[in-house]
Amino acid sequence: MIKKETTIKNKEGFHIRPAQIFSNAASKFESDVVVLNKDGNSTNGKSTLGLMALGFETGSKIILEISGKDEIEAGNELINIIDNKFGED
Amino acid sequence: MLEKILYGIGVSSGISIGKVFVVDKNEEYYEYKNISSDKVSNELKRLNKAREKCAADLDKLIEKVKVEFGDEKAFIIEGQKSFLTDPSFYPEIEGYIKKDFFSAEKALKKVVEKFVDIFEKMNSDYMKERASDIKDIGNRFSNYLNPDNKIFDLKSIKEKVILVADDLLPSDTVQLERKYILGLVIAKGGKTSHTSIFASSMGIPAVISINNLCNLIKNNDNVIVDGDKGICIINPEKTTLEKYKQRLENKKTEVDLYNKYKKEKAITKDGLYIKIAANIGSLDEAIQANENGAEGIGLLRTEQVYMSSKKLPDEEIQLHTYKGIVDKMSSQSVIIRTLDIGGDKELPYLENEKELNPFLGYRAIRLCLGHEEIFITQLRAILRASAFGKIKLLIPMISCFDELKKTKDLIEKVKKQLSEEKIAFDKEIKLGMMIEIPSTAIMIENYVKEVDFFSIGTNDLVQYTMAVDRINDKVSYLYDNFHPAIINLIKKVTEVAHSHGKFVGICGSMAGEYLAIPIFIALGIDELSMTANSIPKIKYTINQLSRKDCILLLNKILKCQMGLDIKSNLQNFLLERKLY
Repeated sequence: MIKKETTIKNKEGFHIRPAQIFSNAASKFESDVVVLNKDGNSTNGKSTLGLMALGFETGSKIILEISGKDEIEAGNELINIIDNKFGED
Repeated sequence: MLEKILYGIGVSSGISIGKVFVVDKNEEYYEYKNISSDKVSNELKRLNKAREKCAADLDKLIEKVKVEFGDEKAFIIEGQKSFLTDPSFYPEIEGYIKKDFFSAEKALKKVVEKFVDIFEKMNSDYMKERASDIKDIGNRFSNYLNPDNKIFDLKSIKEKVILVADDLLPSDTVQLERKYILGLVIAKGGKTSHTSIFASSMGIPAVISINNLCNLIKNNDNVIVDGDKGICIINPEKTTLEKYKQRLENKKTEVDLYNKYKKEKAITKDGLYIKIAANIGSLDEAIQANENGAEGIGLLRTEQVYMSSKKLPDEEIQLHTYKGIVDKMSSQSVIIRTLDIGGDKELPYLENEKELNPFLGYRAIRLCLGHEEIFITQLRAILRASAFGKIKLLIPMISCFDELKKTKDLIEKVKKQLSEEKIAFDKEIKLGMMIEIPSTAIMIENYVKEVDFFSIGTNDLVQYTMAVDRINDKVSYLYDNFHPAIINLIKKVTEVAHSHGKFVGICGSMAGEYLAIPIFIALGIDELSMTANSIPKIKYTINQLSRKDCILLLNKILKCQMGLDIKSNLQNFLLERKLY
């Protein structure tokens, strides 16, 4: 399992569009993707609804725990998506 | 049938009369029961069948919405559809059936409620609204579990009706055809709810928040929706109906009459010209101001720029906003008021302490002088924008001479900075101060040589002069624009300013109150600045009056001891001229 961490940078946080972009990307990988917030609450990273329900806002810390055959690629791509603000701006 | 009046909240103004159409959505989930363990696989099949049918019908709806409303509206429904396959949604419902032997309805309800609860507790209004998306999909899904309970298609409404519902969800409102909906009456909702925003943006009279609505009203009842008063009258008596028909008729002729004056100037019969400007907070409102015939912006509130962002807006963002508005107003003047935050308007990111008396506390210029870096950023942005149009600078909430002096020093400092950086700005930019604290009105002689103009903010002036909390119902009788003390302060400020050749504007809500117009004419106020939609009526009213008469009236008013007397004098004066 690999663990990665970053902060949410887009203006609106995990509203519906970013959550969908992220969960769609996560779903492409075989690995399990668990997303945690700073309070330790977690969700399946392939769930739009679960991501929205964690209430990430801009500046929030976000932790990814990925385990599976393609965990390295998944980690890189998912962190990239967050850091590139889900293509916003 | 007896006439019955239901009281709610008017969220979209206007009156409409018509027949009721009740949207019965069967929001209740049917079987909240548990099942026996041998029924589990059957229940799971029922759930899956409902999901497939629901998804297929949503696909059809999405296509329809795309064609009729565009991708943006379809996106809301697409988002809802994706919940049906979401790993946090569907498998959880299955889980309750498998492990807890819930019926499909009960399991669905449980999961929907969990998410509704989470979203409703979130800080952002955007996320709060997502609770209705979840409810919406929950209702749809549930309806497919019980195929006999046909969902009503709002698109099938093909005659003009007053729509009555317990609640309307985003997927409902996108299906409505504007031309068939005369009015809306909704049991639930708040002023900022989806339905309210929808109704006012479509110009549909709407009343919300009526308890037990759906039990009091039925299909084909005759009703009047009065969005101005926030009431709904069921089975109105003939006299009521005629009164309302007359009101509708009058409204139409009145509006037609006022609209003729939109592009005219406000000049009294004996030749006094008063500039009519608009109060705005955004570019959209600037467009509205133009459409209603504003001759400039008398008050540009800058709080919106700060409140719509999660951190302090930088110089470039502010410059962009101010310049956009100035461009829209072409050669007309725009008075920009510096940040008036505090009181009832907070900026969470400033992390100021909660105060016991926020209206008497750390707000507006007090806060700006305490956070010079914030103030300097704004002054730079405003000054830079002044290179692109006719901007005047307005300082709010000055309560003593020292504050004005410090502010002027800062402005000079910023001007010097900009000159050194060779950045263009209007070197002759006019500076004004708000008169909203009695101490400055009383000592107006001290300030008159220091600024180019005054703008009287009547809302705060009344609040501070009368020592009355604007929001407290118990003391609202004291909140009176027409109290003799207020009239006297306005008179004093205007006379002193004019004796020094300085310009006086009024930008509080009193400026758009036509009852006050004769006073402003008598005093020779230079500018009245108001919400854009009041402009045509005020222009019309001014054109019907003569200053000579208004001065005689003012002399009478100045002898009154009570606001009530002043108001009745004004009413009679306007009545005599058929203007009331």
